[in-house]
Amino acid sequence: MVYTEAYIKEKLAKELDAVHVEVTDESDGCGAKFSAVIVSDKFQGKPLLARHRLVNSVLQEELKTIHAFTQKTLTVEQWKQQ
Amino acid sequence: MNTLIRKSFRPFLNSTIRASCRTFADVNINEKIDKIVKDNKVVVFMKGVPDAPRCGFSNAVVQIMRMHAVPYVSHDVLSDENLRQGIKEYSNWPTIPQVFINGEFVGGCDIMLQMHQSGELVEELKKVGIQSALLTAEQFKKEEKK
Repeated sequence: MVYTEAYIKEKLAKELDAVHVEVTDESDGCGAKFSAVIVSDKFQGKPLLARHRLVNSVLQEELKTIHAFTQKTLTVEQWKQQ
Repeated sequence: MNTLIRKSFRPFLNSTIRASCRTFADVNINEKIDKIVKDNKVVVFMKGVPDAPRCGFSNAVVQIMRMHAVPYVSHDVLSDENLRQGIKEYSNWPTIPQVFINGEFVGGCDIMLQMHQSGELVEELKKVGIQSALLTAEQFKKEEKK
């Protein structure tokens, strides 16, 4: 299964109640390298490692084939400040 | 009758033995990793070696360590398949590189980069008695101004 930007975006948005998700396929189409910006209040009060672990758990199956996954995890407040 | 029983039991026995052997291997690599990360203040599991990283993410972590002049022990997961799988299970983290400070998993490339940018890394290093070179440089500048 080759994952697409849209598929990952939808899954993250749904599972994390994210208000904003940007997913970029950096693999030239083979689907093995992605980067993502995720904005969700589920990250509130969680340190960086816990936030990333939460995202990884949502994409547990996908990360078996996605070779590289870069993520930025922001709360709504942090996102507005940017 | 006897052979029949033996035959029907054999697959079961075989799979039990194989399963327990596998568990032993897993325990060994787990213990090995546990010892590595507890015996050294800073450990980096990466692809390649610091002088020749074989992945951009591993290279980024090496550069961050270099900037802060952190003494660390590195392990090349590409030269040890058992370690490559074992480390992912040990830390419950799906990707390489992985950084450990004082026996605790800190993060991969993204987290190290963000900790470097936010200044958190300097603080974490301070906790284990390592003065970041960036901090030393800053103090030096301040003293010069005086």
